[in-house]
Amino acid sequence: MSITSSAAGSPASSGKDTPIKPVKAGRQRDPYGWLRYVAIALALVFALFPIWFIVAAAINPAGNLNTTQWLPNGLSLGNYGDLTDARPFWSWYKNTLIIAGFGSLFAVFIGVCAAYAFSRLRFAGRRPGLMTLLLIQMFPSLLTFVALLRMFGDLGDVIPQIGFNTAAGLILAYLGGAMGGNVWLLKGYFDTVPKELDEAAKVDGASHARIFFTITMPLITPILVTVGMIQFIGLFNEFLLASVFLRDVDSQTLGVGLNALLTADRNKYFGAFCVGAVLASAPIVLLYLAFQKQLVGGLTAGSVK
Amino acid sequence: MTSRSPWLVLKWVAIAVALALVLWGAGKFAAAGNLPMVILLGFLGLAILAIYATRRAVPMKYLFPGLVFLLALQVWPIVFTLMTSLTNYGDGHMETKEASVKYLVAQSVKEVPDAPRYTMSVGVAQGGDVTTSPLVLLLTDKAGKTYVGSTDGVKDLTDGVTKNDAGKITAATGYQVLTGREVNARSKDLSALAVPFEGGGIKPSGLSEAFVGKASLQYDAAADRIIDTATGKRYGPQHAQWVAEDGSGSLATGWVENVGLRNYTDALTNETLRNGFVKILIWNLIFPLISVLSTFLLGMAFALLFNDDRVRGKGLWRSLLILPYALPGFVTALVWRQMFNQDQQFGLINKTLHLNIDWLGDPTWAKVAILITNLWLGFPYMFLICTGALQAIPSDVKEAAKIDGASGMRTIRSIIMPLVLVAVGPLLVASYAFNFNNFALIYLLTSGGPFEGNQTQVGSTDLLITYAFRLAIGGVTPNYGFAAAISMFIFVIIAIISLQGFRQTARLEDVN
Repeated sequence: MSITSSAAGSPASSGKDTPIKPVKAGRQRDPYGWLRYVAIALALVFALFPIWFIVAAAINPAGNLNTTQWLPNGLSLGNYGDLTDARPFWSWYKNTLIIAGFGSLFAVFIGVCAAYAFSRLRFAGRRPGLMTLLLIQMFPSLLTFVALLRMFGDLGDVIPQIGFNTAAGLILAYLGGAMGGNVWLLKGYFDTVPKELDEAAKVDGASHARIFFTITMPLITPILVTVGMIQFIGLFNEFLLASVFLRDVDSQTLGVGLNALLTADRNKYFGAFCVGAVLASAPIVLLYLAFQKQLVGGLTAGSVK
Repeated sequence: MTSRSPWLVLKWVAIAVALALVLWGAGKFAAAGNLPMVILLGFLGLAILAIYATRRAVPMKYLFPGLVFLLALQVWPIVFTLMTSLTNYGDGHMETKEASVKYLVAQSVKEVPDAPRYTMSVGVAQGGDVTTSPLVLLLTDKAGKTYVGSTDGVKDLTDGVTKNDAGKITAATGYQVLTGREVNARSKDLSALAVPFEGGGIKPSGLSEAFVGKASLQYDAAADRIIDTATGKRYGPQHAQWVAEDGSGSLATGWVENVGLRNYTDALTNETLRNGFVKILIWNLIFPLISVLSTFLLGMAFALLFNDDRVRGKGLWRSLLILPYALPGFVTALVWRQMFNQDQQFGLINKTLHLNIDWLGDPTWAKVAILITNLWLGFPYMFLICTGALQAIPSDVKEAAKIDGASGMRTIRSIIMPLVLVAVGPLLVASYAFNFNNFALIYLLTSGGPFEGNQTQVGSTDLLITYAFRLAIGGVTPNYGFAAAISMFIFVIIAIISLQGFRQTARLEDVN
C-alpha cells in the first residue's frame, strides 16, 4: 500500500488533469492494435474450443463414432433420443433442480437469520461464535462423508423419507454447512445497512421479527439473490455426496447420472452425454450471463470455485 | 396491534408444525427402539418451545435453525470421524464382538439329515427399502405354525398372516413380502443370511424353503474361544479377529475395536502405507500450487489484455471468456477426459495435434492433463478477480509511473502487480485451499489413476481426499478407520494453510 500513498502524493496526480489523459492519445496511435486483437482471438479460442466440441458432438448425427470431428456432419436430434431412451434424463434434471433449488433456499434463509443475529444483536459469545464458525468451515464438509453415510444409513432405516435415494435426505445433509458457509458474506452486507433504520422502527414499537422481515430483509435483497445463486450453482455442481447418497438411477442428479452414463460405455454414449451436458449447462450459463456483476462481486468476496 | 395478529398466528403455526415433525420422528425412533434418539428429539422439542414460545433469548431465535443443522450435520460428523479414526472400523470389522460370534456360528450351519424343513418367503420390515433393508425369513413349519426369523433369532408370527395353498406366507402385519423378482435381486444377501436357532441355525435353501441345521462352530463363553466341532480347531480373540491357536489362519468376521492412534501411526510409519501417503501428500501440495499459479498468471494476462481502453467490444469478449467457469464442473471434467483419450478416433487433442500421448495412462502425462484441465477451468475466476482489482487501481498511479518514465512492463511489474496481489492475495489462498480438496476434478478426470505396479490403492494423481474416498467406499475392502484418519490429516493441513491465509486479511480483525 505504500506505493499507492507515495504515488497519490506525487505532483502529477494532484491536479484534476483529465483533459490531457494519455489514454486518449493512445487510442489514436496504437501500433500494436492488431496484435492485441490476435491475442484476444487466441484467448477466446482457448476458452471456447471445448465448448464448441461439446456442442458439435451433441448435434452430430453420428455421435458415437466421430466424436473427434470439429465440424458436425449435420444437424441431428438422434443423440437426444439415445439419451432419453437410455436414461431417465428429465428425472435427473428435476431432481437436480429440486435439490439445488430447495437446498439453496433453505441455506439462504438459515444464513440470513444467523447473519442478522451476528450483525445486529449483541449477546455473549458472539465473537467467539463467529470465529468458531470460521474454524469449523475449514473442515471440508465432504471429508465427513463416511460419517454422513453411516448416519443417513441408520436414519433411513427408521425414517425412509430422509434416507438414501431421497432428495430430502441429501438436502438435509447439505444444510449442515448452511450457517457457516454464508454468514460472513451476509454479515458484511448487513453491516453496511444503516442501523438508524432499525432503531427508528424500534422506537415506533416494532418487534425484532417485524424489523427483520419487513425492514432489513428488503434492503438486502441484492445480496440474498447473489448468495442464493452462488449456493444454487454450488449445489447444482456438487458431486461427492450426491454420488454416495443417490444410488437408485431415478433419484440421481445430473452430475451423478451423466457420469454413470459415460462410465457405462465411454464411446457409445458420448454423443448422448454431450446433449445432456448442453442441456445441464444451460441454466447455469444463463444465470451467469444474466447476473454476471452480482455473481462476480459475491464470488470474490466469498466462496471460490 | 391488529396488524400483528396474522404474524402471531403464523408464528404459532410454524412452532406447531416443527413440534409435530419432532414428535413424529420421535415416534418412529421409539418404534425402532432407539432411546438415545428419542431423548435427543425430546430435547430438541423442548428447545424449540423454550426459544420460540417465549419472549426471551432473541438472538437464539435467529441462530437456532442454523445451529441445529451445524451441530447435527457438521460438528457431530467431525466428532464421529475423529472417533472412527481411532477404531479399526471397516471390512470384516463392522459389528461388536458378540455379534461376530453370533454371525459366525449361524454362518457355519450345515443341514442335518432328517431335520425339519420350513416353507419360506422372504420379507423386509414394513416401510423398509426392498433393495437394501435387512432381510427376514417368514417361515411355516409342517404343522402350519408361522414364525419370523432375522439375524436376531426366531419369533412366533401370528398377526395378520395370510398363507397360500402351499403354506407360503403372502402377507403379515409389520412385514413386506418380497416378490420372486425382488428376492432374486437379493439372492446374494439371502445366501449370506442365517437365523440363529437352538444352538444352530435356520438357513434358506433355494428361494422358498429353509432348513434347520447344526452349527459346526461353537462358542465357549468361559474360555472365550470359538471351537470348530468338525476339525477340533480352537480360535481365540486376537487383534479384533478370531485367530486359530495352531496359527492356521483366522475366521473372516472380526469386530470393531479401539485401536488408539494406530491408524495415524500406520500412515506415518508402516512402510507401504507411508510410501503411498507421502507420495500422495507431495502431489497434493504441488497440484494446488501449480494450479493457482498457472490460473492466476493466465487470468492476470487476459485481464491486462482486456482491460485496455483501446479494445472494442470488451463486454462481449469478457462474457465469452468466462464461459468455462459457468459450465458445471462435472461436464468440464468428463469432456476433457474424452478429449485426452489416447485413441486417435476419440481423443480430440491427440488427433488435432498429431500426437500419440497416453495422457491418462502415463503417471506424468496424467498430472499434466489434470493441470491443463484445471487451468482451463480456473483461469476465468482469476480473470474476473484480477479485472476487478485492476479497475480498482486509481488511474493517477499509472500516470505517475508513466511520467516518471517507467516502461509498460516496468509499470506492470512494479506498480500494478503489487497492488493486484494485495487485493487478490487472500483469494489465492482460498483457491489453494479449495483445490487442495478438488475431489470432483480428480475423480471424474482420472479417478486418481493411473495405478503403478500391481496395486489399486495409491494412484498417481490421487489427492488425499480421493485416496480417502477410495479407502472408504471405492475398494473391495473398505477401511473406514484409516480413511477417517486421512480425513483428520487433511483437516489439520487445510486449517494451517487457511489460518495463515486469513491472518493476512483484515477479516479476522474486522469483527466488531
